[in-house]
Amino acid sequence: MITESFAEGNSWIHGINPRLRVVGAAAFAVVVAVSYDFTALFTALGLSLFMALSARLDFQTVTQRLLAPAIFLLLLWAVLPWSYEGDALAVLGPLTITRPGVTLCAQISLKTVCLMVAFMALVATMTVDTLGHTLNRLWLPDKMVHLLLITYRYLFVIEQEYQRLVRAMKIRNFHPKTNLHSYRTYAYLVGMLFVRASERAQRVHNAMICRGFNGRFVSLRAFPPNPLNPIFCIGIGLSLALLVALEWVK
Amino acid sequence: MRPVIFKLSKIHYGYPGGPLVLNDLDFHLHVGDRIGLVAPNGSGKTTLFHIIMGLLRPISGTVEAFGEAREAEADFIEVRRRIGLLFQDADDQLFSPTVLEDVAFGPLNLGKSRQEAMAVARNTLDFLGLNGFEDRVTYKLSGGEKRLVSLATVLAMEPEVLLLDEPSSGLDSATKDKLIDILNGLDLSFVLISHEFDFLSKTTQHIYTMDDGRIRFDQELDVHTHEHAHLMGKQPHRHL
Repeated sequence: MITESFAEGNSWIHGINPRLRVVGAAAFAVVVAVSYDFTALFTALGLSLFMALSARLDFQTVTQRLLAPAIFLLLLWAVLPWSYEGDALAVLGPLTITRPGVTLCAQISLKTVCLMVAFMALVATMTVDTLGHTLNRLWLPDKMVHLLLITYRYLFVIEQEYQRLVRAMKIRNFHPKTNLHSYRTYAYLVGMLFVRASERAQRVHNAMICRGFNGRFVSLRAFPPNPLNPIFCIGIGLSLALLVALEWVK
Repeated sequence: MRPVIFKLSKIHYGYPGGPLVLNDLDFHLHVGDRIGLVAPNGSGKTTLFHIIMGLLRPISGTVEAFGEAREAEADFIEVRRRIGLLFQDADDQLFSPTVLEDVAFGPLNLGKSRQEAMAVARNTLDFLGLNGFEDRVTYKLSGGEKRLVSLATVLAMEPEVLLLDEPSSGLDSATKDKLIDILNGLDLSFVLISHEFDFLSKTTQHIYTMDDGRIRFDQELDVHTHEHAHLMGKQPHRHL
């Protein structure tokens, strides 16, 4: 259901301490999100593409993953250019395409692509459980980290439970149609999944308590000191400084 | 007399809105005991295990373990360290992404260092014949493998007693035989729930049953097999 294809690579980015990568990606996101200058945004895009190249991400998979935000961006492009007030750029029948509208769309699109690619290169290159433990080390609340890790583990079990229920419906000749019976059946299916998931959660928690769980996950994974860690830090630091300079120092 | 590991006295328990599942139950386990528990579904066997581990609190009655009365949550922390519970569904027990991490989870919680926990986990896996499983993904294991890995997660805590909730259900005969060998090779006391007399007779000394929310010691079951011959023996027939 979830593939962690990017996490399996072995580029130099994969070897960087995950904490540095998460902090770096977050800082990059903040700077890019508040930038509006096109030189800064295009530089940021260049930087994120460079990160993706360094992580040796599969080009095709990256494009596929960009499709989801692309649909959202298309929606923006369809609405914002004519609904935003400002100087007219072009007039198409009753619609006036405004310059600020197009600029805003372009900025949002650039930022989205830029951040998606950067996160794919820096964060998606670690497994979900590494990410969980990393966030834990970065003082994110324990509860949120547990939610992430346990959801990830049990998504598969809940999906299996879903498949079992669907099979049970199929072998009794259920064909979905637009009628109350179908709606009711689907409602039962969803309800049943919730009930089962909650009971499962109770049992898993019990099993964890029996093994001495006291609210804190300890990770087995150790990231050995890597000579590239400081280089990565300096690289990210310089990139951020460059972006800040392009945006705010005129 | 061998020392008593745990002793339940006059335990009453019922789920909210239901009848009493355990009704005036007395049960104790001595060091070295290997007890089989066979009883119909819904007769409270799993509930009994959960009460021993402190996952459920009885409505009335007392739980004593390792010579002390256990009442509050804090009392059960030591109990859970010394008694290992193998859950009925292995998917409830295995929640880490990889086998090694799951087996090391208990030892890490007991305060062992990362190296020690990994060493314990590796030894346990070796002992169960699961070498090479360290980096396997837990949810992709087969049913039998999941059961054995769950057992590894429990054994890695180095318990003195095991509570096994239907460990043989859903296993093929080869895995079942392996489990029998493992259990007989352990120097541990245990209580084992199962519906399979064959499995019980090969692993336990006594088989008790549950009835009316109580454990019946007076109806100890004696499993035996014998061969006999008679005319028309090849025809399907019943012995009354």
